[in-house]
Amino acid sequence: MLDRVSALARELFVWLQNPGLSHFLVLSAIVFSLGLFAILTRRNAIMVLMGIELILNASNINFVAFSRYSTGTFDGQVVAIFVIILAAAEAAIALAIVLNIYQNFNTINVDELNQLKD
Amino acid sequence: MDLFKVVFYLFALITLVASSFVVFSKNIVRSAFSLLFALFGVAGLYVLLLADFLAVTQLMIYVGGILVLIIFGVMLTHRQVSVDMKTGTLQIWPALIITAALAGSLVAISYSTEWKISPMVEAGPTAPKLGEMLLGGYLLPFEIASVVLLVALIGAAMIARRERKT
Repeated sequence: MLDRVSALARELFVWLQNPGLSHFLVLSAIVFSLGLFAILTRRNAIMVLMGIELILNASNINFVAFSRYSTGTFDGQVVAIFVIILAAAEAAIALAIVLNIYQNFNTINVDELNQLKD
Repeated sequence: MDLFKVVFYLFALITLVASSFVVFSKNIVRSAFSLLFALFGVAGLYVLLLADFLAVTQLMIYVGGILVLIIFGVMLTHRQVSVDMKTGTLQIWPALIITAALAGSLVAISYSTEWKISPMVEAGPTAPKLGEMLLGGYLLPFEIASVVLLVALIGAAMIARRERKT
């Protein structure tokens, strides 16, 4: 048991020495999970939006990393540009909706917004 | 190659610390400002992945546009600047369990899979190639994206400026 743990630790140490594709994937997986956690737990609608931005950034890291290491073409970067465009559109629309909700309900806590009209 | 290592861990550390600060900070203004550093770290990772055009786009659109929008939203939706900046959390333990399980499995998959590695593309400016692709094979998505952006911005202006009936 102890041998296996120490072997695993040594393997992990060697892995950490050589940053490559899987390092970027691990990084983006962690950022994705942080964004998901923000979406699931925060009450403020703008915090939920920030979680969405984190998730989109994580997916973009994946696209660019695969485009660099795996495919050798630039398709991943083009898709990343489209993701950035859609993120900009999404942020503008979502913030307009949040401002409108705030004017109508005086709150933007997502757990208190449980009706469609006031 | 050694410099690559140092720069990768620097930007990865910036991204991870800033993202966790975004998620776990109680003060929404601090969250918004640490989102700035998270996006900056991601831009550095893009440079490291030889995507220079994308890195500059990230800085201009995310840091210059989306983040300013988010900070505007924060400022416009809080009446008392000093009192109401704290934001609560809900259902923290189920969410923690779910996201920890998801993160663990994703990290394990990324770590243990033998990904296909192709010969490296040579470093160089990417903007001409991206321009050719956007006006070549990706012409239709490009045009659709521009129309979507136009519609979204007009719609956002309409929604945000609608007069209240009372």
